[in-house]
Amino acid sequence: MSLDSKIPEGPIAEKWTNHKNNIKLVNPANKRLIDVIVIGTGLAGGSAAASLAEMGYNVKAFCFQDSPRRAHSIAAQGGINAAKNYQNDGDSTYRLFYDTVKGGDYRSREANVYRLAEVSANIIDQCVAQGVPFAREYGGLLDNRSFGGVQVSRTFYAKGQTGQQLLLGAYSAMERQIGKGKIQMYDRHEMLDLVVVDGKARGIIARNLINGEIERHSAHAVLICSGGYGNVFFLSTNAMGSNATAAWKIHQKGAHFANPCYTQIHPTCIPVSGDYQSKLTLMSESLRNDGRIWVPKKKEDVEAIRSGKLRPREIKEEDRDYYLERRYPSFGNLVPRDVASRAAKERCDAGYGVNQTGEAVFLDFASAIMRYGREAANVQGIHNPDEKTIKKLGDEVIANKYGNLFQMYEKITDDNPYETPMKIYPAVHYTMGGVWVDYNLMTSIPGCYALGEANFSDHGANRLGASALMQGLADGYFVIPYTIGDYLADDIRTGTIPTDTPEFDAAEKAVQERINHFMNNKGSKPVDHFHKRLGKIMWEKCGMARNEKGLKEAIAEIQELRKEFWADVKVPGTANSFNQELEKAGRVADFLELGELMCLDALTRAESCGGHFREESQTDEGEAMRNDKDFTYVAAWEYTGEPSAAKLHKEELKYENIELKQRSYK
Amino acid sequence: MATPFALLKTSLVKKYWMSLTGIFLITFLIVHLLGNLALLGSNDGNEAQIAFNEYTKFMTTFPLIKIVSYVLYFSILFHAIDGLMLVAQNKKARPVKYAHNKPEKNSIWASRNMGLLGTVILIFIVTHMGSFWFKYKFTEMPIDPMGNKDMYSIVVLSFKELWYVLLYVVSMAALAFHLYHGFSSAFQTLGVNHPKYTPVIKKVGYAFSIIVPAAFAAIPLVIYFSN
Amino acid sequence: MNLTIKVWRQDGPSDKGKMVDYKLTDISPDQSFLEMMDVLNNQIIEEGGEPIAFDHDCREGICGMCSMYINGEAHGPGRGVTTCQLHMRSFNDGDTIYVEPWRAKAFPVIKDLVVDRTSFDRIIASGGYVSVNTGAAQDANALPVNKDDADAAFDAATCIGCGACVATCKNSSAMLFVSAKVSQLSLLPQGKVEAHDRVLNMVKQMDEEGFGNCTNTGACEVECPKGISLENIARMNREFMFASLTNK
Repeated sequence: MSLDSKIPEGPIAEKWTNHKNNIKLVNPANKRLIDVIVIGTGLAGGSAAASLAEMGYNVKAFCFQDSPRRAHSIAAQGGINAAKNYQNDGDSTYRLFYDTVKGGDYRSREANVYRLAEVSANIIDQCVAQGVPFAREYGGLLDNRSFGGVQVSRTFYAKGQTGQQLLLGAYSAMERQIGKGKIQMYDRHEMLDLVVVDGKARGIIARNLINGEIERHSAHAVLICSGGYGNVFFLSTNAMGSNATAAWKIHQKGAHFANPCYTQIHPTCIPVSGDYQSKLTLMSESLRNDGRIWVPKKKEDVEAIRSGKLRPREIKEEDRDYYLERRYPSFGNLVPRDVASRAAKERCDAGYGVNQTGEAVFLDFASAIMRYGREAANVQGIHNPDEKTIKKLGDEVIANKYGNLFQMYEKITDDNPYETPMKIYPAVHYTMGGVWVDYNLMTSIPGCYALGEANFSDHGANRLGASALMQGLADGYFVIPYTIGDYLADDIRTGTIPTDTPEFDAAEKAVQERINHFMNNKGSKPVDHFHKRLGKIMWEKCGMARNEKGLKEAIAEIQELRKEFWADVKVPGTANSFNQELEKAGRVADFLELGELMCLDALTRAESCGGHFREESQTDEGEAMRNDKDFTYVAAWEYTGEPSAAKLHKEELKYENIELKQRSYK
Repeated sequence: MATPFALLKTSLVKKYWMSLTGIFLITFLIVHLLGNLALLGSNDGNEAQIAFNEYTKFMTTFPLIKIVSYVLYFSILFHAIDGLMLVAQNKKARPVKYAHNKPEKNSIWASRNMGLLGTVILIFIVTHMGSFWFKYKFTEMPIDPMGNKDMYSIVVLSFKELWYVLLYVVSMAALAFHLYHGFSSAFQTLGVNHPKYTPVIKKVGYAFSIIVPAAFAAIPLVIYFSN
Repeated sequence: MNLTIKVWRQDGPSDKGKMVDYKLTDISPDQSFLEMMDVLNNQIIEEGGEPIAFDHDCREGICGMCSMYINGEAHGPGRGVTTCQLHMRSFNDGDTIYVEPWRAKAFPVIKDLVVDRTSFDRIIASGGYVSVNTGAAQDANALPVNKDDADAAFDAATCIGCGACVATCKNSSAMLFVSAKVSQLSLLPQGKVEAHDRVLNMVKQMDEEGFGNCTNTGACEVECPKGISLENIARMNREFMFASLTNK
């Protein structure tokens, strides 16, 4: 199968408009005859389900949580980018496009990214109209802040809960359609397989998580909006239930999986505290606007801090190493995530980590608090304020900006970040790789689409902050409603897809067999045991820095672990009841295959780019070094039965509008 | 448009009526107390007796007051019936109770026991009306020197009974707790909640809930312990 | 830390259910409450039992899925926290901890500590939205919004729909949840247009779901992990009154 990205002809700024003008439409009366299944109800799935239902399609939406409002998009904190140029700082569609391609280290598709930048402004309009309470200035207009990797303020936000507010906007739009009967909502349902009929995606097999019933659902198109696969690493900022099963199932049915090795390690997370740890908590990147990252310059100070003899604020200014400001003077603390993460790892590997395990750096707000405090004192007309007053006023400003994040930090760590610097360390956060899609967001299975984090298309090898929300909503509100018509226009006479066909029988049988295996397996270890071990392999050998030897070892170890898992996993309870261990077992089984493919992809891509850092490919200063000659392509993997035997297809990336450069944030 | 009766099925409308009747009953308490204070006047030359009996006569015969009194009866009945309906509905909303519950961590006792407190007050009102209002209206009464029905003597006689005084005092304690929560709650239900005014309403409510029932309870106590 | 955990076990909706005791040893005070539950579950599995079913997902206090009634309080003894944000340092060595599901007629138990909260979704579906189709929006800055109103709307919008208000309320009333959505949308010009219909429909649906009435005890506000204010309930009371009086 060859890869046709279906990028429209013409100058980049006109591609999307031309494409929209030329693709097929489905007339309103015919939309009523067409069913669409949407898997996942996050920003991509929720916005797609609502928009398609508004247009007239019959939508069936699925989520594994108890309500569509729980999808993990809700946890996104910092903000959403849009090229509105409300701040008059010279922003434009082109600049957002350029920043995103550069931020992605020149491994994304130009046309897709340009379209993303183009529709970004509409997203903000749409969300405001839905009643999303973005932060505003005193004049009543929308406020913006700046985010890592860019030099303009284009990020719209709602305190540290932007994802929540956007998701609740999409959720309420969905609920409106559910109330009208245009969306049938299946909560507490998990998709366990895709049904392909005559080469086209025609339905799914889902398990009702309450009573364990295996259900068949048919449709004319299936949208996978199930998010990323960060939980391969066991510890990540993803929700406990976030999984790759839907994406992996369609991969097994013929959808190519692209760039699985591109994972984003977020620089500002709360460090691991013990073996019992079940997940990691992100501290929004927006904190880097005001927080300064440092470690002590002297090893003896590091020791003193670790043993509790010195408190961080007691270290003199000249004994601190603000390493991001030192290494990257022009971007400072606002370098992109991959750069910031590697820099933290470099310092910690060199022995300067500031917690017990040596895996933490400081994020300090002291100077920002004093700066804001002095400003506030001026505004309030307080002349010659004393230190205490300044600190108090500054605390108030900071509380206003990041109050909930500071509170969250204190709850978890029992440390007060107004008084002592936060300790942070990088953690797995987002996966740029995903299901391969063409310009229309269709996977290599006709009628099967992938949206949001589940697809691979827009972020290249590294995602910029505040771009995930933008992409999820762009795909759902402003891309799929147009592009899906082009495919469905041929289905207006098809009628309802029957579910009593051999294809559905076969898919259901396979699902049932897998469940039976788990239930009848007389193993000895719970699912978490295997998941933790997989996570450890992935973090150590396919994490922030990778090398050929480690990756080869990882592949062998994962294969071994997979065998052990199938032979020795213990799943209690029954198949026909609410059984959370059974749910986990299925998800971990898929992670055990995907993890191997990630290592294979990382091994094949013998260059450093974005979040993928190969130790063999770096500059003398330790910066990532791309190899554009050999690797300016999308690696799309075709499933052949075993992850390690996956077949590589290369989609060449053509840069017609942006010149490829080695990234520099110095 | 739903009819007013259909609206009564709505939880919020039931609550509005609780507030409106409640606030009306609060204003009634003030009037009632001011009259009762006459009982405490010196009775050396029958001044208190005459003043109190004048007051009772005025309250039972003046036409406008008569109309208001019907509103009052209605309010008491409605407040009680509506309240009991709400309690029944609320009980149904939680068929299985918690095995281990610590409501005192998040709310005051009075606010959780408005039904119980209201029931005590209702029983009191029935007894109270039976011994005074019913007697005044439907039985033969002694006459005072001014030719008015001598309510004063009846009241003073009752307040020489220990059980009656105790009932009075306990009921006024219940009323105090009922008002302690009910006063400000009535405003909240009617949508009056403002950072500037709500603290004032609360303070007034707390003061009211202590002073008014205390004054009511003081009367039988003073009479009981005086000669 | 060594602990005794008393947990509500119920096989399914029709099972009667009972409290069951478990012993745990060597729990770290830095562990989160749900991580303690993970340890307990793995212990139960290894002993051949069926683990305790409980809802949880993001484990950072925002998805609203976790829902435990711990030691007589919704989300446990902490203030401004969800169950997943509660840490074992809030307890002492040797403590007995009671864990129960949310209790309300409108939140029937599915299994153990898992309850069905779809009644909340149906309330939102009855009117908790602005009727605007994708693509129909004007420029985001076309309507300025008074900052105080925008901030108040945001504060109301931070509701995570966990249901702690219902669980805490002695009447299992959903007034705090419903009023938060009503307030958010009626404070913003975008939502004012259909404010009357919204409040009438949402209250109607709330009543039909079988939630109790508001007694203004204020318990919901205290236990709400996001500190949603009672002012929202007052606002809804106001809005509903005007809407009922002026509705044709």
